[in-house]
Amino acid sequence: MSNNITPATVYPYGPRHTPEMIADLSRRAFEYRLQVLDMVYERQSGHLGGSFSVAEILTALYFHHLRVNPQDPAWPERDRLLFSKGHACPMLYTVLAHRGFFPVEELKTFRALDSRLQGHPEPQKTPGVEIPAGPLGHGVAIACGMALAAVMKKAAYRVFVVLGDGELNAGVIWEGALIAAKYRLDAIKVILDCNGVQQTGSTAAVMPTEPLADKWKAFGWHVLECHGHNVAQVLDALDAADELHGRPAVIIAHTTKGKGVSFMENDPVWHGTPPNAEQYRAARAELLEGANRWSVC
Amino acid sequence: MERLLKKPFGVPVNMRRAYGEALTALGQSRPNVVVLSADVSNSDHSFMFEARFPERFVNVGIAEQALVDVAVGFARCGFVPIANTFAFLFATRALEQVRTHLAYGRANVKLAGAYAGLSDSFDGPTHQSINDLAVMRSLPNMTVVAPADPVALDALLPQMCDMDGPVFFRLCRNEVPVVFDQSYRPMLGRAMLLREGGDLTLIACGVMVAPALEAAESLAAQGIQARVVEMHTLKPLDTEMIARCAEETGALVTVEEHSIIGGLGGAVAEALAAARPAPLERVGIRDQFTESGPYPDLLRKYGLAAPDIVQAAQTALRRKEDGRR
Repeated sequence: MSNNITPATVYPYGPRHTPEMIADLSRRAFEYRLQVLDMVYERQSGHLGGSFSVAEILTALYFHHLRVNPQDPAWPERDRLLFSKGHACPMLYTVLAHRGFFPVEELKTFRALDSRLQGHPEPQKTPGVEIPAGPLGHGVAIACGMALAAVMKKAAYRVFVVLGDGELNAGVIWEGALIAAKYRLDAIKVILDCNGVQQTGSTAAVMPTEPLADKWKAFGWHVLECHGHNVAQVLDALDAADELHGRPAVIIAHTTKGKGVSFMENDPVWHGTPPNAEQYRAARAELLEGANRWSVC
Repeated sequence: MERLLKKPFGVPVNMRRAYGEALTALGQSRPNVVVLSADVSNSDHSFMFEARFPERFVNVGIAEQALVDVAVGFARCGFVPIANTFAFLFATRALEQVRTHLAYGRANVKLAGAYAGLSDSFDGPTHQSINDLAVMRSLPNMTVVAPADPVALDALLPQMCDMDGPVFFRLCRNEVPVVFDQSYRPMLGRAMLLREGGDLTLIACGVMVAPALEAAESLAAQGIQARVVEMHTLKPLDTEMIARCAEETGALVTVEEHSIIGGLGGAVAEALAAARPAPLERVGIRDQFTESGPYPDLLRKYGLAAPDIVQAAQTALRRKEDGRR
C-alpha cells in the first residue's frame, strides 16, 4: 500500500480517553479511509460511502473498546463484533488488518480471485470476521443467539452489532429487537451507523424510519446517541452503554455517508460506485488533509 | 436384512410424539443441545424438551428468519441448536438465513422441519411442504435427511446432532407405521438395503418407505422381485448404491412425499445420468399444489399410495424390457 500507516497502538480498555488517544484514533480513521479508497480504486469495485461513515466507530471499537485477541481470533471469552452492514467490509478488513488479525499487505487482494478478503465478509476465510454478512438484517438476531449462549454459559463477553440505517428496512432486524428485549439481553450493544443514505436515495425518502430513538425505546431498548465521527463521543457512548443493564442498548451514531470526501458526502451514488482516476486523486487529497488535521493536534 | 424390518409393521406411532421423546433424550445425553421454536412447539412437540429443559429452550415468536439467525448465534458460541418450525418455512421464508449462515457460513445448526410432505393435510397447500428437499439439497454443505419412522429418527437424530455442519431433516405430522426393528443401524449418507430383489429397485425416503415395502410385497405376488432401498440421507447421496442398483436390477423407481422435481427423484436421476443411465420412474407429487383433506385420501389422490408404486414399477420394468429389445 502506498500509505504510510503509523503502527497501530491499542489503547487499554477503560474510561480514560486522553486527548492524545482521541487525536491518534481520529487520525487513523482517516488513514484507514485512505487505505479503503486504494482498495476500492484498485479493484474498481466495492463500497466506499458506508465504509467512510463507519471509520471512527470501528476504529474506536477495535483499538480501545473490544476485548479481542488477534493471536487467537476464536478465543471463547472474546467480545463479538457482528458487522451486519457487510457491504462496508473494506473498512472492517482494514481495521482488522491493522489490529493484527492478518497482514496489512493482504488488503491489496480485496475482491481478487483466491483472496481471503471476499466481496462481503466470510468468517471462515477472514480471521476476525464473526459472521457472513451482506444480505442485510442478520446482526441483531444472531447477537441474540450469542447473548443467550453467554447467559447459559455464564460467560462475560459482550456482543456488539454494527448496523446500517438502511438496514433497518429489513423486518428481521425488528424480530431480533423483540427477542433481545424479551430475554433482557444486556450483553447486546448495537451501534447504528446512521448515515442517512442508502443505495438509491436518502433513508428518509426510500423508507422513513424516524423517529428512530422512539422506535428502539418502544421495542424495549436503552437508547444513546452520539456524533459518529467524533471519537471522544463514540468512546463515551460505548462506555455509557456498558453501564446500562437489564435491557439491550443501541447507540444511534449520527454519521455522514462518504465522510471525508466532499463530493462523496451524502450522495447515494457513492454507495457502491468506484472512483475514476481523477476522482481518486481528488478524494485522496481530501482524506490526506483530513488525516493531517489530526496530526497537528 | 429382513431382520431390519418389523413384520408385520408395528402399531402406528405418532411421529410428533416420537420426535418430542427423541429430542428430550438428546437433551439428556447432550448438555450442549439447545432447542429453538417459532411458537409452534405444541405442533412439532418440541414442548416436550421445553418441559424437561426449560433453561435450554427459546421461543422466538412467529419469526422464522430470526429463528434461524438466533440458532446461528448459538452455534457460533459452541452450542448445538435445533431449530423447529414447519418444513416449508425453513425452505421458503427463512431460506436466505439458511443459505447465508448455514450453507455458506457452515453454522452448526440443525433444522427440524415439521409437518413435511402432505402430512399437515387439512391445513392445505399453504402448510404442506412439497419442495423442501429440493431446496435444501441445492445448497452446498447441507446435509438433508428424511427419517422413515420413530426407530429411524431415534437412530439418526444423535448422528445429525453430533456431526459438525448444518442439517435439515423433515418429519411427518401424523401416525406412521413402525417399519424397523431395533436391529436397524443406519449411518448418515449410507443407503439401507431393506429387501433383496433383482428385477428392479424401489428407492424410498421418509414415510414412503412403508408403502414401498408394501408395493414390493404386491409385486412379489405378481412374480416381480423388487429390491427396496431406504435413502434416509438425500445429501450427501449414496451414489454408489444407486449405481449398483442400476447395474444389478436395470430399472428404478423413486418414492417420496415430495415433488418429483428436485427431491429424491431428482437426486437419483442426476446420479443415474452421471454414472449409469437406466429407466427411472418417479413417484411423487407431479409439479402441482395439492389441497386440504384427510391424509390417506390425499396420498391416494396425488399418486403416493402403494398401488401407484406398483404401477410405476411395472412401467419401469416395461421400459427396461423395451430397452433390451
